[in-house]
Amino acid sequence: MDNRKEKVIFERSRPGRGATDQWPEDVSETVLDIPDGLRRTSKPLLPEVGELETVRHFTRLSQLNFSIDTHFYPLGSCTMKYNPKACNSLAMLPEFLARHPLAPESHGQGFLACMYELQEMLKEVTGMQGVSLNPMAGAHGEFAGVAMIRAYHRARGDLARNEIIVPEAAHGTNPATATMCGCTVREIPVNAEGDVDLEALQDAVGPNTAGIMLTNPSTLGVFERRIEKVARIVHDAGGLLYYDGANLNAILGKVRPGDMGFDVIHMNLHKTFSTPHGGGGPGAGAVGVSARLLPFLPIPIVGKEGDRYRWLTEKDLPQSIGRLSAFMGNAGVLLRAYVYMRMLGREGMSQVGEYATLNANYLLARLQQVGFDAAYPTRRASHEFIITAKKQARELNITAMDIAKRLLDFGFHAPTTYFPLLVPECLLIEPTETETKETLDAFVDAMAQILKEAREEPEIVKGAPHTMPVRRLDDVRAAKQLDLTWKPAAA
Amino acid sequence: MAFIPHTPKDVEEMLGAIGAKSIEQLFDEIPANLRTRALAGIPDALNELEIGRLMNERAKLDGRPLCFIGAGAYEHHIPAAVWAIATRGEFYSAYTPYQAEASQGTLQLIYEYQTMIASLTGMEVSNASLYDGASAVAEAALMAARANRKSTSQRILVPATMHPHYGKVAVSTASNQGLRFEELPYCTQSGRILVESLARFDGQDVTALVIQQPNFFGVLEDVDALTRWARERGIFVIAVVNPTSLAMLKAPGEWGGTGVDIAVGDGQPLGVPLSSGGPYFGFMTTRMAHVRQMPGRIVGRTVDLSGREGFTLTLQAREQHIRRGRATSNICTNQGLLVTAATIYMTLMGPQGLARVAAASHARTRELVAALSRVKGVRAAFDGAIFHEAVLQLDRPVAPVLKALASRGILGGLDLGEHYPELGHALLVCATETKTAADIQTCANALAEAMKAVRAA
Repeated sequence: MDNRKEKVIFERSRPGRGATDQWPEDVSETVLDIPDGLRRTSKPLLPEVGELETVRHFTRLSQLNFSIDTHFYPLGSCTMKYNPKACNSLAMLPEFLARHPLAPESHGQGFLACMYELQEMLKEVTGMQGVSLNPMAGAHGEFAGVAMIRAYHRARGDLARNEIIVPEAAHGTNPATATMCGCTVREIPVNAEGDVDLEALQDAVGPNTAGIMLTNPSTLGVFERRIEKVARIVHDAGGLLYYDGANLNAILGKVRPGDMGFDVIHMNLHKTFSTPHGGGGPGAGAVGVSARLLPFLPIPIVGKEGDRYRWLTEKDLPQSIGRLSAFMGNAGVLLRAYVYMRMLGREGMSQVGEYATLNANYLLARLQQVGFDAAYPTRRASHEFIITAKKQARELNITAMDIAKRLLDFGFHAPTTYFPLLVPECLLIEPTETETKETLDAFVDAMAQILKEAREEPEIVKGAPHTMPVRRLDDVRAAKQLDLTWKPAAA
Repeated sequence: MAFIPHTPKDVEEMLGAIGAKSIEQLFDEIPANLRTRALAGIPDALNELEIGRLMNERAKLDGRPLCFIGAGAYEHHIPAAVWAIATRGEFYSAYTPYQAEASQGTLQLIYEYQTMIASLTGMEVSNASLYDGASAVAEAALMAARANRKSTSQRILVPATMHPHYGKVAVSTASNQGLRFEELPYCTQSGRILVESLARFDGQDVTALVIQQPNFFGVLEDVDALTRWARERGIFVIAVVNPTSLAMLKAPGEWGGTGVDIAVGDGQPLGVPLSSGGPYFGFMTTRMAHVRQMPGRIVGRTVDLSGREGFTLTLQAREQHIRRGRATSNICTNQGLLVTAATIYMTLMGPQGLARVAAASHARTRELVAALSRVKGVRAAFDGAIFHEAVLQLDRPVAPVLKALASRGILGGLDLGEHYPELGHALLVCATETKTAADIQTCANALAEAMKAVRAA
């Protein structure tokens, strides 16, 4: 990686300069009708630079990033698979880009057809009865899901059901979502093999149980084998089951959440269905529901009457939990997911789960061969697995963080570190199905080399990374001496 | 096949290393009775040539109408450089910048963005984005309920002149936590909130007042008087603003002299295409005093082990991955790529260019209002000052008129009948710098004919 740093854009700014070819003509005299007291008098701090400098600056910034297009990115729980270029270019056809969200249905039959078919395909792969595409990220989908569970209980007059159960290994968004929905959170343990502790679950459920939020395969990278028992315990107690779709890639085409007994699911389309992560978003967190939650789906939804498509709104779904976005979620992201699903087709859908699982199990086996420890050695890996560096930490004083940072020097993005929290010195590794065996082998070689360095020259590992634009950053200073915006030097 | 690169030989060797006979065997922990048999509802795969053909056909069905709808989503010129750079794989296919050393590009860009949007809104700090303008209003209400420690009522006053979908999203998002949203009526002559109408809340516990500027009708609210009224009573002020307008209009940080507490809005006008409503991004800025109550990611500048400047995510103890059930919000993934586009857009426009876009959009809207008001049976609905959007009153039903225009490839505005029945036959229209004088005349001519064709009610 090119590790020259780039100045902050404001340091390139010169008063009076600008990308003038982009500006409309100056008609500022026409704003005289705006009352003086409502007008701006201060000049906003925006850069004054030309177009070429702008292009160079942001191109340079892009070169300071790792990305899927440039690097193997085995970030557990994030499904960093190839984002096919066609998904982007076809979602950016001029008619799609120019379509106003409030344009009439007569000027949206093409877009609406894609959305309707996407709803149908997502129903099919998850085994659910209805889908709403509105949520704009995984956590937003979780919110919709728990809000529907709450609305369901309330509609039945079951007002005491206010508690959401989550396993201790759950994503942080699960308990945070329960709180957003006005519920309380109850965490339950998992056993030594990574399965939910059924006795603890049985003790936890009761008349206050609204539901349980589960990821399956779990964040520990293993399939919850007793999922039917979990479903029975929760349903018998009057609760509902929520499926966190973060790990749907593992089981795509192999087993469906609806068949496992889940009542509601969110899908991270930016994981399983390969829409880009964009350096932090946008995502899309479509939700699917079983029959009993159909009336509560967030609006709008696309319906079909004859060969015409139309929006379904409050009038069609009076019990809906309502709107979650100004218009209809991240429509352009949904188009990308639609293109991806059509390109996979029926057969491709199950190949995703198969090859993601093959790559993960292969990588796990190879890493064990070169001296790393699996956190759950008796279990099959799903599409991801956990290596615990507990032994290296004890014997060599090398932590999971050290290994992660040293990997950057070998040109590999780090795995997810220190999540889930209950595995010490945790490295959560997800290779995805789109990587070649050669890439996985090269990653194993790098890991073996790091282990060798840890024994022979540990300071190289402890001081990594060495080849990035910056070395490890002072996070404590960042939080204590807050510097959140650039300020011009005092004149 | 599904972008999977494996050769049969690869598969054989990999299974050998695992010690498994087949890929199928890797799924042996899943109970057999649960296994999926066939996905009958999924069509056969299309290759890139075929899906390209299909999507082009679909796109043609949507057409390229001449659009005069605004209502929270605005068609502006987007320089070619914006998306040429934003879709570079290094931005497009990167994850959230948790590994700071390998994500300095995204992190520095967010820091530059935070600087620009904080300055544009006249506030001290910004987060890295929220989902959209509507969800930003919801998050701002929740944040106000946490940060305004003088108030325990969780009552949020929301003008009826705010985008109606924003209000609905705020209710669906925040009412689960006990927040109550109370609607403030507006003056049907001026189209804005009258500060006198707030007198009935004097002496009551109110958590926050929301003010949208310009409001949903395009009308300018008396933001100074409204802000003063609220802040004198310890009520938080949440500004909802259009970022383009802020090149011309007073920044929320200056409203009422002391400024607002939280400013939010939709960043779509800053280089983001209409795209059927998303992805857009929500922005949120606030005072430094409230930064620890802010939801979402924040980037800070710090130094590395060698003392060199660098950027990192900071104040993460507010967030779900650390604080879990006690986080300020459950938000994780945000709208990063749209922030990338907006930052490039704001850089190309600069203070002067953005002011020109704002002025040109306002000028075009005034020309549009003038041209359409010359049509018999059409007049401006309000006498208040507007910015870049306006309501027209028709003497006959709006829906058939719009339908007639649409059949000629013109989207003539938004029918306000659903959300504002009290306004009668009201039509919300907008033009930006993308519309020419000829476009406006085309719209006016078509409206004149449509009005004739639709009988007066």
